[in-house]
Amino acid sequence: MYANLGIGIPTIIPNYLPDDIVVFFQSENGMLGVGPYPAENEADADLINPGKETVSELKGCSYFKSSDSFGMIRGGHLDLTVLGGIEVSKNGDLANWVIPGKMVKGMGGAMDLVAGGSKVVITMKHVDKNKPKVLEQCQLPLTGKGVVSKLITDLAVFEFDKEKGMILTEIYEDVTLDQVIASTACKFEVAHDLKTIKL
Amino acid sequence: MISLLKKYFSKRLVRNAEEAMSGIKSGNKLIFGGFGLCGIPENMLRFLINRDDIKDLEVVSDNGGTANIGLGVLMKQNKIKRMYASFIGVNPVFQKSYLGGDLELELIPQGTLAEKLRSGGAGIPGFYTRTGVNTLVEEGGIPIKYNKDGTVAIYSQPKETRIIKERKYLFEESIRGDFALIKAWKGDTIGNLVFRKTARNFNIDAATAGKVCIAEVEELVNPGEISPDEIHLPGIYVNKIFKGEKYDKPIENLVTRESREKAKDDKVIIKYIK
Repeated sequence: MYANLGIGIPTIIPNYLPDDIVVFFQSENGMLGVGPYPAENEADADLINPGKETVSELKGCSYFKSSDSFGMIRGGHLDLTVLGGIEVSKNGDLANWVIPGKMVKGMGGAMDLVAGGSKVVITMKHVDKNKPKVLEQCQLPLTGKGVVSKLITDLAVFEFDKEKGMILTEIYEDVTLDQVIASTACKFEVAHDLKTIKL
Repeated sequence: MISLLKKYFSKRLVRNAEEAMSGIKSGNKLIFGGFGLCGIPENMLRFLINRDDIKDLEVVSDNGGTANIGLGVLMKQNKIKRMYASFIGVNPVFQKSYLGGDLELELIPQGTLAEKLRSGGAGIPGFYTRTGVNTLVEEGGIPIKYNKDGTVAIYSQPKETRIIKERKYLFEESIRGDFALIKAWKGDTIGNLVFRKTARNFNIDAATAGKVCIAEVEELVNPGEISPDEIHLPGIYVNKIFKGEKYDKPIENLVTRESREKAKDDKVIIKYIK
């Protein structure tokens, strides 16, 4: 599988991969097959990830120019994209690049990644200082409309379905359904086979 | 043969940044290779930082370096009039100049920026893309220039859209610039270039989109010393080449196995999520 991981929470994913899964991580600055952080004496200024952190090579990795990198992203050649989010709406809209008047980060590659036709998973905190982040409609300028297929927060996991909308599919064992409802500013369905995530 | 080649291409090989950049003037549009601090033309940046008579520049670069290295310094010096970039996230100078009205900024999705350069260099004036559809990139309204009082002086314009096979796409115009300033690992004296690891990034796309492309390299060799199969960018795109005097090759975020272990990863992460 080929996957792209955004900056922030998604970057910890490689630490939790089972040993029997092979994932080639794509780094949109021009690399497939990103390896773990290097040993101190192997750090290389010419070898970084999109967060500008030093990384290493996996066997079978490759390098390419930016337009090729986004060609494979836009062209739907990646299987999975995992990004951080500021807001997600019940129809799968994502906002994560600007808070007008407060924070301008720029969209970087996020708009390309969500437009590329790969499965898009968003990882983020469920609420921000008691302010809900999962909403009826995003208040912030969008990164993409109807692009999220799965949302993983510190309370629960949701899937997005074009017809059924937002569906709660998994919940952490120390979280109650009422807690999720109270922390979510939109309606959602609860899956018949709602799973519990053990910690 | 090599001496004939050298003679024929004698104007291509120059001694240093000063000689290579003699044609650059205030108001020029410069396209930079590099991503963050990785693969940036350090020697040419140093030259621009030291030349106070060159200003009002338009700069195309994926991001803006850091506060104290690279393009961030040109911003502090107020030499850049307008930036075309995808990300300004971690550079406080960039944010301040933009929000304070000193710097115009056209935010462009990273892949769209790369393709604008690639197509610009390939003689394609524009293209339709899915990136940015149903966002402010399509609808317009992203502030390009702020007034000193914080109000917006210039907004981005709406983009033309078109339905192709039942999906909506938006039209993006290509970019060309007066100069492309790029950095390669190794080059020969007639401009064939090889890049190293992720330092390739925007360098190739940038190179093709400049009316004049200047390349600086860490290592300069004679034609024939690089295997033709290993050349990443053919010399036809490169108008001037020189061996950089000095490379600091700074690392923006040094993260190592050792430093991660010290941070006791998991505890930090759990605290962050909860």
